[in-house]
Amino acid sequence: MERHTIAVLVNDEPGVLTRVANLFGQRGFNIDSITVGASEEKGLSRMIITTGGDEQHLDQLIKQLSKLIDVISVTHLSKDPMVTRELALIKVNAAPSQLVELNGIVEPFRASIVDIGPSSLIIQVTGDSEKIDALLVLLEPYGVRELTRTGSIAMARSIVPAAAAV
Amino acid sequence: MSVEAAELTNRKSAPDIGFGEELTGAEALLRCLILEQVEYVFGYPGGAVLPIYDSLYSSYLKHILTRHEQGAIHAADGYARATGKPGVVIATSGPGATNLVTGIATAQMDSIPLVCITGNVAQNLIGTDAFQEANITGITLPITKHNYMVRDIRDLPRIVKEAFYIATTGRPGPVLIDIPKDVSNAKAPFYYPDKVEVRGYEPTRVPTDEEVQKFLGAIHTAKKPVILAGGGVIASGADSELLAFAEKTRIPVINTFMGLGGFPGVHELALNMPGMHGSYAANQALLNADCVIGIGARFDDRITMGRTKEFAPNAKIVHIDIDPAELGKNVATMVAVAGDVKSTLIKSLPLAQECDTTDWLAQIKSWQQAHPYQYKKTDGELKPQEVIEMLYETTNGEAIVTTDVGQHQMWVAQYYKFKRTRSLVSSGGLGTMGFGFPAAIGAQLAHPDRTVISVVGDGGFQMTNQELAILKQYNIPVKVVIINNRCLGMVRQWQELFYDNRYSQIDLSCSPDFVKLAEAYGVKGMRAATPEEAQAVWKEALAHDGPVVIDFQVTAEENVYPMVAAGNTLDQMVMGDE
Ligand SMILES: Cc1ncc(C[n+]2csc(CCOP(=O)(O)OP(=O)(O)O)c2C)c(N)n1
Repeated sequence: MERHTIAVLVNDEPGVLTRVANLFGQRGFNIDSITVGASEEKGLSRMIITTGGDEQHLDQLIKQLSKLIDVISVTHLSKDPMVTRELALIKVNAAPSQLVELNGIVEPFRASIVDIGPSSLIIQVTGDSEKIDALLVLLEPYGVRELTRTGSIAMARSIVPAAAAV
Repeated sequence: MSVEAAELTNRKSAPDIGFGEELTGAEALLRCLILEQVEYVFGYPGGAVLPIYDSLYSSYLKHILTRHEQGAIHAADGYARATGKPGVVIATSGPGATNLVTGIATAQMDSIPLVCITGNVAQNLIGTDAFQEANITGITLPITKHNYMVRDIRDLPRIVKEAFYIATTGRPGPVLIDIPKDVSNAKAPFYYPDKVEVRGYEPTRVPTDEEVQKFLGAIHTAKKPVILAGGGVIASGADSELLAFAEKTRIPVINTFMGLGGFPGVHELALNMPGMHGSYAANQALLNADCVIGIGARFDDRITMGRTKEFAPNAKIVHIDIDPAELGKNVATMVAVAGDVKSTLIKSLPLAQECDTTDWLAQIKSWQQAHPYQYKKTDGELKPQEVIEMLYETTNGEAIVTTDVGQHQMWVAQYYKFKRTRSLVSSGGLGTMGFGFPAAIGAQLAHPDRTVISVVGDGGFQMTNQELAILKQYNIPVKVVIINNRCLGMVRQWQELFYDNRYSQIDLSCSPDFVKLAEAYGVKGMRAATPEEAQAVWKEALAHDGPVVIDFQVTAEENVYPMVAAGNTLDQMVMGDE
């Protein structure tokens, strides 16, 4: 199943997230992740939604979303080169004595240790989902006590390579 | 109430609207309705809308007090279907608002413009499970085109303006406005915006020249084309354009159930309804067509039987619809035009050419002759189909007929040949029992000079028959035709055919005496049990200058044929009594 990322610009009104989420439920679309936050314009929010499905499914999803009165625009980001980021906080079982060892794992990922306790520490990492998954595999042996991940946020690249622009 | 406001009572023309005047939310709302040229509001009062009802007392708006909010919303819906203008309904908070739900869903499924106004508890009580509080915007979120809660009186006029605009433009639909009581009571200077700006909403789209070329290109070469004309033809007011287009191109027209009346049922190119209870000729035409042109039709599963791959197997599909989301939703199309049906046809007409359909039309004629709709008459017994045929013949296809849901609804679709657009008022998408009778009230108020017949089953009529009171109270001359088979007929048919005659819970033999019921409400009641009685009684009913309820006691065992059983394809039609 293909994964798609779409950006939905919406009115920043109460209940808009419910409208969007309801549409997914009502029409049988699944949501892998959804993030909402402010946009460049006051009064509008941008949602980044990742979802799975074939072309026809995606086409229907975009059209149905566009029908919502509070939706200003829908952009299919993953059809062109884009930048995506996710943030995760990972609490692993580790004593301060293991700090150096863990730093060795974390650094190549440009992640950082942001909190240290007597028996656990918290690692913060940003990147695309695959990168975070990869780091998690390496941290697994220590015991992941708690994990929290945001959904993806994404943006189209400013310069689209000629071949991809077609 | 100001003296000035009191003078407005019973005024024949709309009062001058003074802008900048200090008004309460309730007064402002009613001014907005007048500015939107609303003629009737249907509703039911209660605590949360008392400020609105108090303002109504001195308003020039005509209000119809139904006996149930469901009656009010179906009446508003009937008004909207019969006119194309938005229907307006008012209900109080909590139970009043939730009583609208079925009616809102009914309108949403059939794309009917409604503006539903509900009261809510004051904002400081919202979220506290206050008395008669219901989250009606949350409840109706999936069944409205859009809904609003007014949080500030200063937004009220803009929201009402937007609501009417959204309800009536693009693909029409119901819009709900929830007004907390404190907003109805608050005061602010009244201004009404003259323009609506809903960012990102582009309801009107006229197709480009290229799109029109592509559309025509796809059909010109067809040898066996057929138009599938849906409710969108009626909604966009494109009936005369469709007639001109079909006549110029000589392409036969199948009307979907929602499209009946959008093309004259007696026209030589008319094929009646397709699908589950459609005509043999219409279904054969779809099975054999090389090009199906969907015009304002959504290829729903009563037509495709949900087997979209096997639907119209030899045809390329061309689809015009105002709602882009309908294009490619149910069937894969070769050419899809997102645009208003009327504008698209107007743009296409000058360029359209006659198709070579002589052989195809002859083929269709032979299907029609081989298998017309038919039933067996039996001496002394009244057949339901016979009643519908009689209604058609005596009104020459000119009446407005509302139906409820069930067998009688399908017989109306089959045997009443609608000649005019907006003449069939029926719940197609949701299939709402209880809809037909109150809807007739709205249709009759909209068209006081036309004959309005409400054909109902003995089951569905009992869901909303309390609105008989309205017929009497406002002297609304609806002719209520009960097709009384003493059971839930359509359920009986399915139980006979698919559940081995196990007739579970369909017995309505203990219904009220409908003649006496009518009389109890002060309405003329009549009864007929044979074809002769039916003729005589119906003649008297038509001549009667006022409402009538006629209990037509028909045979109970009649089935609706042809029939394509659920799960089968259109080539598996059961023909029934031939
Ligand atoms: C509100 C509602 N409840 C249940 C149904 C399911 N249903 C469809 S047709 C039917 C029987 C209708 O019987 P009646 O009103 O007597 O009409 P008939 O089929 O006999 O013409 C039922 C129960 C429905 N469509 N709507």
